[in-house]
Amino acid sequence: MIPAGFEYHRPGDIASAIGILEEHGDEARVIAGGHSLIPMMKLRMAEMGHLVDLQAIEELKGIEVGSDTVTLGAMVTQHELITHDGLAAAIPLIREAALQIADPQVRYVGTVGGNVANGDPGNDMPGLMQCLNATFDLSGPDGNRSVAAREFYEAAYFTAREDEEILTRISIPVPGAGVGQAYEKQKRKIGDYATAAAAVMVGNGTASVAMTNLADTPVWSESASAALADGDVNGCVAAMLDAIEPVADNRGPVEFKKHVAGVMLRRAIDRAQNRAG
Amino acid sequence: MNDQTLTPEERAANLKGMGSSRKRVEDVRFTQGKGNYVDDIKLDGMLFGDFVRSPYAHARVVSVNKEAALALPGVIAVLTAEDLSPLGLHWMPTLAGDKQMVLADGKVLFQGQEVAFVVAEDRYIAADAAELVEVEYEELPVLTDPFEALKSDVVLREDLEGQTEGAHGPRKHHNHIFTWEQGDKDATEAILAEADVVAEEMVYYHRTHPCPLETCGSVASMDKVTGKLTLYGTFQAPHAIRTVVSLISGIAEHNIRVISPDIGGGFGNKVGAYAGYVCSVVASIVTGKPVKWVEDRMENLMSTAFARDYWMQGKIAATKDGKITGLWCHTTADHGGFDACADPTKFPAGFMNICTGSYDIPTAYLAVDGVYTNKAPGGVAYRCSFRVTEAAYFIERMIEVLAIKLNMDAAELRRINFIKADQFPYQSALGWEYDSGDYHTAWDKALKAVDYEGLRAEQAQRVEEFKAGKTRKLLGIGLTHFTEIVGAGPVKNCDILGLGMFDSCEIRIHPTGSAIARLGTISQGQGHATTFAQIIASEIGLPADDITLEEGDTDTAPYGLGTYGSRSTPVAGAATAMAARKIRAKAQMIAAYLLEVHDDDVEWDVDRFAVKGAPERFKTMKEIAFAAYNQAIPGLEPGLEAVSYYDPPNMTYPFGAYICVMEIDVDTGEWDVRKFYALDDCGTRINPMIIDGQVHGGVTEALAIAMGQEIAYDEMGNVKTGTLMDFFLPTAWETPNYITDYTVTPSPHHPIGAKGVGESPNVGGVPCFSNAVHDAFRPFGLVQSHMPHDHWRIWKIANGLGMHG
Ligand SMILES: Cc1cc2nc3c(=O)[nH]c(=O)nc-3n(C[C@H](O)[C@H](O)[C@H](O)COP(=O)(O)OP(=O)(O)OC[C@H]3O[C@@H](n4cnc5c(N)ncnc54)[C@H](O)[C@@H]3O)c2cc1C
Repeated sequence: MIPAGFEYHRPGDIASAIGILEEHGDEARVIAGGHSLIPMMKLRMAEMGHLVDLQAIEELKGIEVGSDTVTLGAMVTQHELITHDGLAAAIPLIREAALQIADPQVRYVGTVGGNVANGDPGNDMPGLMQCLNATFDLSGPDGNRSVAAREFYEAAYFTAREDEEILTRISIPVPGAGVGQAYEKQKRKIGDYATAAAAVMVGNGTASVAMTNLADTPVWSESASAALADGDVNGCVAAMLDAIEPVADNRGPVEFKKHVAGVMLRRAIDRAQNRAG
Repeated sequence: MNDQTLTPEERAANLKGMGSSRKRVEDVRFTQGKGNYVDDIKLDGMLFGDFVRSPYAHARVVSVNKEAALALPGVIAVLTAEDLSPLGLHWMPTLAGDKQMVLADGKVLFQGQEVAFVVAEDRYIAADAAELVEVEYEELPVLTDPFEALKSDVVLREDLEGQTEGAHGPRKHHNHIFTWEQGDKDATEAILAEADVVAEEMVYYHRTHPCPLETCGSVASMDKVTGKLTLYGTFQAPHAIRTVVSLISGIAEHNIRVISPDIGGGFGNKVGAYAGYVCSVVASIVTGKPVKWVEDRMENLMSTAFARDYWMQGKIAATKDGKITGLWCHTTADHGGFDACADPTKFPAGFMNICTGSYDIPTAYLAVDGVYTNKAPGGVAYRCSFRVTEAAYFIERMIEVLAIKLNMDAAELRRINFIKADQFPYQSALGWEYDSGDYHTAWDKALKAVDYEGLRAEQAQRVEEFKAGKTRKLLGIGLTHFTEIVGAGPVKNCDILGLGMFDSCEIRIHPTGSAIARLGTISQGQGHATTFAQIIASEIGLPADDITLEEGDTDTAPYGLGTYGSRSTPVAGAATAMAARKIRAKAQMIAAYLLEVHDDDVEWDVDRFAVKGAPERFKTMKEIAFAAYNQAIPGLEPGLEAVSYYDPPNMTYPFGAYICVMEIDVDTGEWDVRKFYALDDCGTRINPMIIDGQVHGGVTEALAIAMGQEIAYDEMGNVKTGTLMDFFLPTAWETPNYITDYTVTPSPHHPIGAKGVGESPNVGGVPCFSNAVHDAFRPFGLVQSHMPHDHWRIWKIANGLGMHG
């Protein structure tokens, strides 16, 4: 649990951070809250010569709640997501999900950007962002671009982000009034990743359903969402169970995970429907 | 102090002696981050060690290439078995009569085994260098199942090849360690053959780990000028470590000073000797500099002493109305690659023969077979006396299984089989003499406290609701009545490495009436500095706040066997009372001299000796202390101090009644403890607040073990639960609220009647949680399902019972 040596950089703006990434190529990695990266470094599963700390970059901070869109700076902590009342009023699902991540100590430093950029199928925010149909803004040597959360995840730890790009902001459309939302997660204990988790939005004839830690990427299912929009809960669950591909681990075998996935999804749907206008 | 206005009760209260919930004196430093743990020790020029460990569970070590590591700036040395063998230190004796490799000698037997020890100028360089050591392995077939191991042609311990005699008798197979038999086999089998009812079950108590918050570590400092070795370490038995280090290193014992500083939890994990300790000593001797070794969490979980891993096949016989007539148990004990159990020498399966529990079982038989596998060595008593929690789990499951077979209420089955209060001292069929107990009183109190009948009615209603599709949650009522055997132990049958398991206390009274006491034990969170001062306060009438307590430095503390197996209060606590009584005896003579009366004409009164019949004529202990140092008293030596080495005449037998109410979600396997009631009888209660704290901590560890904590291996012998993400340590969130209660049945042979309590909650807690899970499914036909009861295993029970449609 002793990491290998590295150079530490603390740039003050996005451009300089990208400059350092460009200069060192694969050798460099950005660090946000460090609560996924540092454990990997201590296990020596991630080794890099240069660590680029994003803490001092003001442009990456802040939560803006507009009438149609919410934007989150990449460096917004999970704790801030929980304590921001305007955000909770606009998209209650975010607070509900963030409260189910890790523990308060992790959430004080862990960031939303790190959580979605990490690419670990265990992270809760990616599925959540897919459910909410968020867009990720990336800045790199070649300029800025946006990628939909639903297009972002390729495989475990592989995303659409290029090595020299930084995720700067997350934009989320504010769901209309009358859309019920719920996040349901089964875990073994506080601080554990999901055995299965479901993010659900339903109402006004629309629905969106995504699940976490049941494949090597988060799973947003168009057909499950469509079925739910039509009020077909069984169809939604069946479509989702078809889409997930859980693997056995210490949480249990595939059969168990599939069963629990169905239970979590039904519970989330039930709660979201009750909350829908 | 000469104040006569205070009543004896008020004076006693001022002492904060036995029975007072005195605040823990240790907590001032711990809560302010001012503790001094091994990793806080920093010595001039100190070097750091780190291990190269085997990624394989069974492999030959073909070669170790140190070159790249040695070339890294700041690396001082890389030690391998070859370097240790000229000193005879490449192997070390285990506490169980076996021997264990310090560094891989030609092969490795478990994943994480120590292969080379890197010494460098700082901790980071040591870790980098460990990565640079190139080890070539040749993989060998892996045995992780003890039953397979006993059949396999694969020889794990080639060093023992051809040895048919082990430390505990004949070996039946090359992977067999010992057979230990207790009780009457023929008589028990005859009873089983004729019994009205026999219940039979395999009860597995899975492998887990004590996982103290502070991992193991040491700092060795060899002073080449004085020839003196100082060894700081996470030692639950510092004196025993000193003797062992002397015996294996050849350094004279007076030249070794072992210091256990503050210890961040032990739970049995810090009883044994580890490769890291030996390597830090050798490295310090070789380099002439202090060398620190502190393992990380993963190293702690995968290589230091595990606990349990007992496969207990049981048969229990009874009459049709539920009177138990016989108990039979055959245990297959998975010891891993080396037999490094920490048990008294004559007890290779510890006190597993307490497995008749709280019940009057006239005939019983126990056999234990120890087996080598490709897993880490250990088998320590994780918050229990030696194998007592295995025994308690076994009997408390067998009682439940029998209750099912008899279609009887498990509380009632227990009640009709308890040893009765008038049967104590009670001779058990497996050889123990239980000192005292009153199980019926405790049981009735517990059942009443939780409204047992009401709970059963609620459970019956819940079953109906479940069957009617109105709920998906079941209600389980977990019952346990446990009896422990702690306080090892009488020197006549208890020793570790030939060292008798007495313990000691030395007390010095200072002229101004304060005192220092030193013991052969070592606190790891139990609060010795608080409670032992209370014993002295009550015995000699000086305030506990004026008594310093010191443990853990072998240069100053009297010899003792350390702290584990709930032995501190039963043994060192007894020594403390006895030493205090010696002081009081001398104080009586001094008081009589000062009061100008005969010794027999004064009597003890809380904090003073008073002339019989004239209570206004007295000398307080404080006055007596001063006199001891400033008066020439004819026939008496100056000073006021005493030492006592206490060889306990018997073990003590704490007991308790625990009840757990648990809700279980059959769809997810999630559980929720709605109520946990713990009644403990630990004899005389020294500090009720500390007892509560011990019970809270112990039940929490029991919750962890029963509900998820395990060291699991895959078929390649890889540890699957090597971090706290997968190894379950409950946080405040998972920890339920506990209701504590007590009865008091003093030990008749202990000077203050105390029995020990630190481990009771783990011993009683594990079966209680497990029984709650089983009980929830009993109405649907479940008989036995193995721990840990994590979500998926509970789900599997429900699934197997057809509850998922
Ligand atoms: C005990 C524990 C329990 C946890 N439980 C959960 C849980 O239940 N659910 C959950 O979702 N998470 C959990 N986590 C993870 C936690 O939420 C992390 O904080 C989060 O995954 C990563 O955020 P971070 O800010 O710490 O990122 P870091 O660890 O700093 O970075 C993670 C990765 O993302 C990259 N990265 C970070 N920021 C950016 C950026 N702006 N642009 C490009 N790349 C970037 C880094 O280079 C790195 O590869 C847990 C962590 C711990 C230690």
